[in-house]
Amino acid sequence: MAAPAADAAFAGDPYHVGLEGQSGIATGHGEGGPASERVIVGYGFWLFLLSDIVMFSCFFAAYAVLQAATAGGPTGRELFNPGRVAAETACLLLSSFTCGMSAVATQFRSRRWTQASLFVTGLLGLAFLLLEASDFRDMAARGAGPDRSAFLSAFFALVGCHGLHVSAGLLWLGTMMAQVFVKGFRTDILHRLICFNLFWHTLDIIWVAIFTVVFLLGLGA
Amino acid sequence: MNAAGDSDNRQGRQAGHDENDRAPGIVEEARTPGAAARSYAIGLALSIALTVASFYVLGTRLVWAPAIPVALLVLAVAQIGVHLVFFLHITTAPDNTNNVLALAFGVLIVGLILAGSLWIMAHLDRNMMPMR
Repeated sequence: MAAPAADAAFAGDPYHVGLEGQSGIATGHGEGGPASERVIVGYGFWLFLLSDIVMFSCFFAAYAVLQAATAGGPTGRELFNPGRVAAETACLLLSSFTCGMSAVATQFRSRRWTQASLFVTGLLGLAFLLLEASDFRDMAARGAGPDRSAFLSAFFALVGCHGLHVSAGLLWLGTMMAQVFVKGFRTDILHRLICFNLFWHTLDIIWVAIFTVVFLLGLGA
Repeated sequence: MNAAGDSDNRQGRQAGHDENDRAPGIVEEARTPGAAARSYAIGLALSIALTVASFYVLGTRLVWAPAIPVALLVLAVAQIGVHLVFFLHITTAPDNTNNVLALAFGVLIVGLILAGSLWIMAHLDRNMMPMR
């Protein structure tokens, strides 16, 4: 960080935008040397997440194209239950918030609150998965499995892929809790926690798109 | 350019890193846990409001019925924006340029895939020979 005197001088210009080249501390121009490892780790994982979002967009495109191809089978309007979707949305949104709380606790190096927030995040994620699994079971029991129509194949591929991501996230979450417990806030553990937070928030962004495009538009059609 | 001042400044920096840069997903300026948590609390409140609005719009007569899908999509885009700003801490600050550029490229690809697929498949569907 810059010296306190310099901080005061840049009070109205926290990023030193107007002083590039003079002070040597304008950011993003390489004048302060390479970015720290933490910044590079976060940026690299952000690139992976964007590629994951691009992959999801292919499933979304397939779903949008095949939405009307019900082959005489049940439509989304007959299958989807708004109450269940609202409950799943609430679980995932609250888990995203508690995950953010774990990041705050980590920033202030509180192991107890980090573990507690991660645990609540995991419970909410598990509740989401159980609700979704029972939805899928009900649909399959009513003869609306992925083999019924192109619409249902696309539905199970898209929503199931998100569910698999949440399952992988839960495994990762358990691993991070164990690593924080055993190894504490080592630099590499902090980097992994940053990546896990980014991953979990991104899953919630994808769920926002799913509950709108698949469930709400399906119910409204 | 003040070359001598630059090199002095660089040597004084910890481990030669640009500590002013910021990674996605981190708020560093917060000095107290309460201030750091506030961003997430605002994000949660806005997300709940937008989610409730989405479910409300579905069953209301307040919005002209043919416009409901558009309203739902607008609410979803707004909520994704809220998540990006308050949960992932993507900002317009210069230290976030790399993250924003990567996001812009991702949005471009997603837009191409979605719009392109829908356009091409609708076109093929319309030009298909009758099945019987």
